[in-house]
Amino acid sequence: MKRIVHKHPLAIRWFHWINFPVVFVMIWSGLLIYWAYDPYKIQIGDYVLLSFFPDSFYKALKVPFRLAEGMAWHWVFMWVFILNGILYVAYTFISGEWRHLVPDRNSFREAGQVVLYDLGLSKTQPPFVKYNGAQKIAYFTVMLMGIGSVLTGFAIYKPVQIAWLTTVLGGYEAARLEHFVLTVGFVLFFFVHVIQVARAGWHNFQSMITGFEVVKPTDPERPVNQPVTPAPTSDPLSPTQPALS
Amino acid sequence: MSQSTEPNLPEEDVPESVTRRKTLISFGVFALAAAGSTGLYKYIADSKNAMGVKRPLRLVMNENEAIAKTYFSNAHLVPTFDPKQAARPARVNGYEGIKKPVADDWQLQVDRPNAEPLLLSMDAIKALPKHEITYEFKCIEGWSQKQHWAGARLSDFLAAYKLGTRSGNAPNPDQPDDLFRHVGMETPDKGYYVGIDIESALHPQTLLAYENNGQPINAQHGAPLRLIIPVKYGVKNLKRIGRIFFSDERPRDFWAERGYDYYVGL
Repeated sequence: MKRIVHKHPLAIRWFHWINFPVVFVMIWSGLLIYWAYDPYKIQIGDYVLLSFFPDSFYKALKVPFRLAEGMAWHWVFMWVFILNGILYVAYTFISGEWRHLVPDRNSFREAGQVVLYDLGLSKTQPPFVKYNGAQKIAYFTVMLMGIGSVLTGFAIYKPVQIAWLTTVLGGYEAARLEHFVLTVGFVLFFFVHVIQVARAGWHNFQSMITGFEVVKPTDPERPVNQPVTPAPTSDPLSPTQPALS
Repeated sequence: MSQSTEPNLPEEDVPESVTRRKTLISFGVFALAAAGSTGLYKYIADSKNAMGVKRPLRLVMNENEAIAKTYFSNAHLVPTFDPKQAARPARVNGYEGIKKPVADDWQLQVDRPNAEPLLLSMDAIKALPKHEITYEFKCIEGWSQKQHWAGARLSDFLAAYKLGTRSGNAPNPDQPDDLFRHVGMETPDKGYYVGIDIESALHPQTLLAYENNGQPINAQHGAPLRLIIPVKYGVKNLKRIGRIFFSDERPRDFWAERGYDYYVGL
């Protein structure tokens, strides 16, 4: 016999793995679009710290002169991104999964402890149920960023028909910059996410595919803070029910 | 405490054969889904082009036009600014169709069904009420610039000369079926050409423009008469209009033929 913990509901796994290639297409096609007008840089005084992007970067990725192609992919796969995102958010809230995801006031203190632990500056990891404080903040923020990308995206897609939205976001040029900054945020999230998943190991990774993880009775990486809950009697893949009582 | 609201994850004791079977099925489905999405990519990438872009993408972009038309409204106006904020001079970004000097005997030709083409001088356009607009001109490349233009409303022009309809009457919003679905425009040398849906053409901010920053527009901006259509990207703002015509079919469009979306409505 093995003790397993049902970690990721089936729906969440589908949303996650559909989102991965779709966001990749959105970022790649977005880069093809951005190339045609690429003014953004980080500079201190006259010194350019970081230019988005150097010609060598574009050349290496075969970006130049593909604006039309980029727009075509962007304006097709945006619908998949939006639909998948709406279903994900709706599912998360209806199923009660949000209780694992939305940070509370403890999450920020916990996140600090997690960062210290991950950097090897602290020996103890704060206890958590599904996600630790840092994960909650990261995953919840990336969901908000997704909403932000859709809103800033529509603000530059239809700046006349939805002019109020463009205005609220600070105007057409500001909305384009915001859309870009959010994309940089997704790329940074992606790198941190992949590194952390690699660090967490195979058992954690495979649970995003199988949904469950085999529990080792004494796992120092995953301190259990409460006694075992009774096994679900119905379909084990059904969403976690909120324990309000 | 966060634990008070966050439920524990459900746990279960199962035989090892069950975890092995579940794992196998999950990874099998995962592999199938990965193959499916790769297949979808290959299907699109290997499709024939439809006007310079992969056919499945073109079909969805055409659907996007239908979606956009559900919320397009003449009441949705591009935000306007004080003319003092306008760029002087306005940016020039293309010479297709205006590479040679404009002919001295330029006239605007307007094709009509069941009638001789109209041939009009600039005086005919200037006789219509003049409207000014300072707005953010938006290029499909991504840049934008506040620009100040003046001219006659295209809708006033169509009404005054009873154009754009099958009946030969002035366009009537109560009789949308009487309208041709598109307006086509091209430069005198036919080197640049655009097609515009009739709704966007009739938008109150769509101008037959003849002034930029209070001066007659110069050769590079398409003298003597150009289209200023704030509900579209710059590519539709045809310079040096030579001929205007109406059709239900989409008129040919320079950049749409080169892989860009046809509608490009903002």
